[in-house]
Amino acid sequence: MDAILELKNILMIYENGVVANRDVSVAVERNTIHAIVGENGAGKTTLMKILFGMIQAQEGEIVYKGQKVQIRSPHEAIAMGIGMVHQHLMLAPDLTVAENMVLGVEPRRGRVFLDNRRAEEITREVSERYGLSVSPERRIRELPIGVRQRVEILKALFRNAELLILDEPTSVLTPQETEVLFKTLADLKAHGKTIIFISHKLKEVKAIADRVTVMRDAKVITTREARELKEHEIAYLMVGREISYERLPASPQVGEAVLSARGLSFINEESVPVLKDVSFDLRSGEVLAIAGVEGNGQTELVRILTGLLEPSAGSVTLRGVETTGRPPREIRELGLCHIPQDRMDDGVAEATSLEENFIVDRYFKKGFSRRGRLDWKAIGEHSRGLIADFSILAQSSRTPVRALSGGNIQKVVVARELSSDPEVIIAAHPTRGIDVGSEEMVHNLLRRARDRGKAVFLTSADLDEILKLASRILVIYGGELVAHFEEVSHLKAEDLGPYMLGVQRQEGVSGKVHP
Amino acid sequence: MNPLLRSIFSAQFGYAVFRVMTPLLFPALGVAVSHLAGTINIAMEGTMLICAFVGVMVSAATGSLLIALAAGMAAGVAMGAVLGYFHLRLKADIILAAIALNMFAAGSTIFFLFILAGDKGISSGLKSLVFPQVNIPLIRSIPVLGTILSGHNVLTYGAGLAVLLFYLLIFKTPLGLRIRAVGQNPDAAQSVGINVVRTRMQALMLSGFFGSLGGLYLSMGYVSWFARDMTAGRGWIAIAASTLGGHMPLGTFLASLLFGAVNALAIYLASLQIPSEFIQMIPYVATVIALTVYSAQALRKKTRKLKAGETLP
Amino acid sequence: MEKFILRYFNLIRTIIAILIGVIVSVFLIFLISREPGFSLRSFLLGPFLSRSRFSNMVETASPIIFCGLAIAVAFQAKQFNIGAEGSLYLGAAVGTAFAVSTRMPAVFHIPLTLLVAAAAGAAWGFIPGILKARWKASELVSSLMLNYVAYYGGLYLINFHFRDKGAGYLVSHQLPQSAWLQQFLSGTRLHWGIVLAIVFALLVYYFLYHTTTGYEIRMTGQNEHFARFGGINVLRIVVLSQVILGLLAGFGGMTEVMGIHRRFNWQMSPGYGWDGIVVAIIGRNHPLLIIAASFFLAYLRVGGQVLNLMSDVPWEMVTVIQSLIILLITAEAFLSQWRYRITVRQAERAGGGA
Repeated sequence: MDAILELKNILMIYENGVVANRDVSVAVERNTIHAIVGENGAGKTTLMKILFGMIQAQEGEIVYKGQKVQIRSPHEAIAMGIGMVHQHLMLAPDLTVAENMVLGVEPRRGRVFLDNRRAEEITREVSERYGLSVSPERRIRELPIGVRQRVEILKALFRNAELLILDEPTSVLTPQETEVLFKTLADLKAHGKTIIFISHKLKEVKAIADRVTVMRDAKVITTREARELKEHEIAYLMVGREISYERLPASPQVGEAVLSARGLSFINEESVPVLKDVSFDLRSGEVLAIAGVEGNGQTELVRILTGLLEPSAGSVTLRGVETTGRPPREIRELGLCHIPQDRMDDGVAEATSLEENFIVDRYFKKGFSRRGRLDWKAIGEHSRGLIADFSILAQSSRTPVRALSGGNIQKVVVARELSSDPEVIIAAHPTRGIDVGSEEMVHNLLRRARDRGKAVFLTSADLDEILKLASRILVIYGGELVAHFEEVSHLKAEDLGPYMLGVQRQEGVSGKVHP
Repeated sequence: MNPLLRSIFSAQFGYAVFRVMTPLLFPALGVAVSHLAGTINIAMEGTMLICAFVGVMVSAATGSLLIALAAGMAAGVAMGAVLGYFHLRLKADIILAAIALNMFAAGSTIFFLFILAGDKGISSGLKSLVFPQVNIPLIRSIPVLGTILSGHNVLTYGAGLAVLLFYLLIFKTPLGLRIRAVGQNPDAAQSVGINVVRTRMQALMLSGFFGSLGGLYLSMGYVSWFARDMTAGRGWIAIAASTLGGHMPLGTFLASLLFGAVNALAIYLASLQIPSEFIQMIPYVATVIALTVYSAQALRKKTRKLKAGETLP
Repeated sequence: MEKFILRYFNLIRTIIAILIGVIVSVFLIFLISREPGFSLRSFLLGPFLSRSRFSNMVETASPIIFCGLAIAVAFQAKQFNIGAEGSLYLGAAVGTAFAVSTRMPAVFHIPLTLLVAAAAGAAWGFIPGILKARWKASELVSSLMLNYVAYYGGLYLINFHFRDKGAGYLVSHQLPQSAWLQQFLSGTRLHWGIVLAIVFALLVYYFLYHTTTGYEIRMTGQNEHFARFGGINVLRIVVLSQVILGLLAGFGGMTEVMGIHRRFNWQMSPGYGWDGIVVAIIGRNHPLLIIAASFFLAYLRVGGQVLNLMSDVPWEMVTVIQSLIILLITAEAFLSQWRYRITVRQAERAGGGA
């Protein structure tokens, strides 16, 4: 086997102690399309960042074209012939295609001047050579995403990339654009290029990859010829594992629908439809979980339900009241609370004290203020109460939130949200990045809420968590609901995998309403 | 009203407009280049003051116009570099640091004027030099245009050249391309190996360079001395002109022309006892309107909702 | 000791910046003055050495406090509105127009005039606020432009409608005595406006830290996403914080006219709005610290004037020093290495690792 690239025993530990790559070894054969698949957090993006010189591994070797190499920066990676097409395209929107192409290696006329004409020529040359048509003089912001991605690929090719890394390239493309991309990749392979393709969409992986490396929990599970593996097998390898088979006992009683979504759709800035006609009911006394790989619309869905984002179409009804288009405060007042997926961005103001963080949704209510005047004494008591009830480790209720550990910060968020006595709890990745003890506590709290008749809407990338807590499970893929499981007690991770990864769909789920 | 209109549309007025526009156009270009890199330089007021001062002092001390020109330009570049250092390396907010530099310039110029020339208000005691007026041989014979276009200070023609220089720099050189890239998407620039901090520093130094010529013109062309606060807010007008002009060469030129015309008009009107205040307000109101329009446009591009009946792509 | 340093790090950094400024000033004086000792004494002690100078210091601080408070409220919401100067000017002009055209007993005249000035200032602060909230237009640029519009507008109002033709230079009619803020200490120009400044500082402190709206303003400035997430109407705060800025600046400008000049005689804009930015930075947007910062700035100014009068050092040195102090304060990375080293040592002592 003629390996153009060998990653050997890569160990990568981030500053916060998270092990992202553990003894990872992958050999990529020359002139193949090599897919690296895995869930979020499996370690594939980290591995690519190491390969492209954006971060340095603690241990391990990189052997490129038979030589041991150090890749200390993207600059060096590019010089070696490694090119990367990032998930978020690295293009300057008001510059033209040609200008973006030559950025950093600009052709000159007489040492001082930029040779614009040559830049356009070069663009046309590279474009024709690889059969990827682009108009050199168009501005990036006028172009559809598929074309912009093509520019990114051409950028890498122009810099003599022999090894091309594409990070989740189809996440922003329409199906037609995806087909075009695949043809492009096949053509590039015919040109002698080697391609590494990161994805979690298994149908696509099967369609174009020659070899597949499956990663899970920072380790490589296996690397095999793609034709040897069926999609279901890949899915199993990606998500199947010895996990705790812990399950909550069934909910004591499930009632009527308290939250209903009908036909929710959302088109983002790039005109990509991120949510397509999502409908469901959330009932009191249940935990409805949305399983899916991150980036399939869950974030937007949660933001629409909580009033932070307006849908392009569709409506949400909460306890009989339509909430689409209403401001977050009104929705909260109707009895909804939200544990956000990004606690530092949305959940807390890190430079301010715990007690100020605890009251953001209730400072104007009786007990915390009177006629506009804050009652700091009561706020302090309230804060100390929450700290005690939720076992938050903090010096005092005046400590700034950023002094706390990640787990304790999440406890602050959870404490605040759950103590508002909500009817509906929207929990997005509620235990991400926190210690086991805190995770247990959060799960218990959600269970107690459920048992008391509250409704819990859970999104998570952690299948263990979903399987443990859910009364019902919906699977989302590509912005659509593709599976619905009413009976979950016997479900295992590998049952969900195929749906999460686009291998399988239940008929009649998308666009329909569920009782 | 007739005599007023006649004087407005006279050739002398046209001449005055270009004269007044010169110390507005230079700093406006400076603001523009810094804005394009994503680090707007609002220290033009201070930069011009310092360069005006340095020009006068050096020309009086050395008797050489060229050395004074070089010193002034160096001072401008240095101001840009200092701002860059505080913002890019020491992580100071660029607005606040620029405000501090403006203050510094206002104080230190008078301070050193006193120390070096013994005067606290004006440097007229010194024998400082002036950039020459230029009469363009053929043009000056043309009836109306000749009066308007010929006989200006060499730096006024320099301002026109500066617009050209700005255009060439931004659109025809690699540095200009990098500046624009860094301003639009610094991550993208970095991913192709461009040093974002260094590019921004270069942009700030260039903006200081452009500003320096405005300052030199003030003390060595418009008048022939340095006086306290002689920039009289032109550095701030430059920000308006650059914004109104969309930070582009032609736009900035036209906006500066507008401000210059209004200023010249105000001087005329004042001598006629007519309230000029409303006229003088116009460019600023125009800038606020333009700013709002630009922002609204940018906002509209970002939000995109399905219209009723539209189906998903 | 180190824990103390970490907790009050920003305050300590500010004090160090000020110390550096003072040291540089000492250095400059020694460099330039022929009688450095005397000059130094004039500068550092001058403001305290006579009744009129001391009161001068207090008078100077008054409008600066108002503008500092104005800027602080907007900055606490992370709104970079620098239009205090315009609101101050326009507010004072409109207030003067009102005071000069109306007759009523002082007990009504004074509060109403102040109210009119504050309302004019508030309306002026509203414009950048609404443009930002509605269209995301930079409040920095719009407020800067509106400063000029306010200047020309105010100038027009006074020069063409309320000008005292008999006065010989361009000023408004004198305010009727019923609209004067009384000066209460003979030999000085100390007036009740100064008391109002302190009172308002306390009020703004109370507002920012003890009311629900103040909380909303602060949370919006701390983390806009968090504020919105928690239900705060961020757009309303964006507008409100800038309206309050205009209100305070307009009010403050009027107190200056009513207490010191008793006429509108600002043919050039007085610059208090810019001083307000200086003290807001030094005082880290905290109303009580702003009082101290304003007195400090006034102290430097008056010290500089004494220095200028009594010795051969020009008072512009003060401007140089104050700009140096601000530069050091805004440089977040200034001394950050020191803080980082202390933080690391503390973490190690706490048992190493998270």
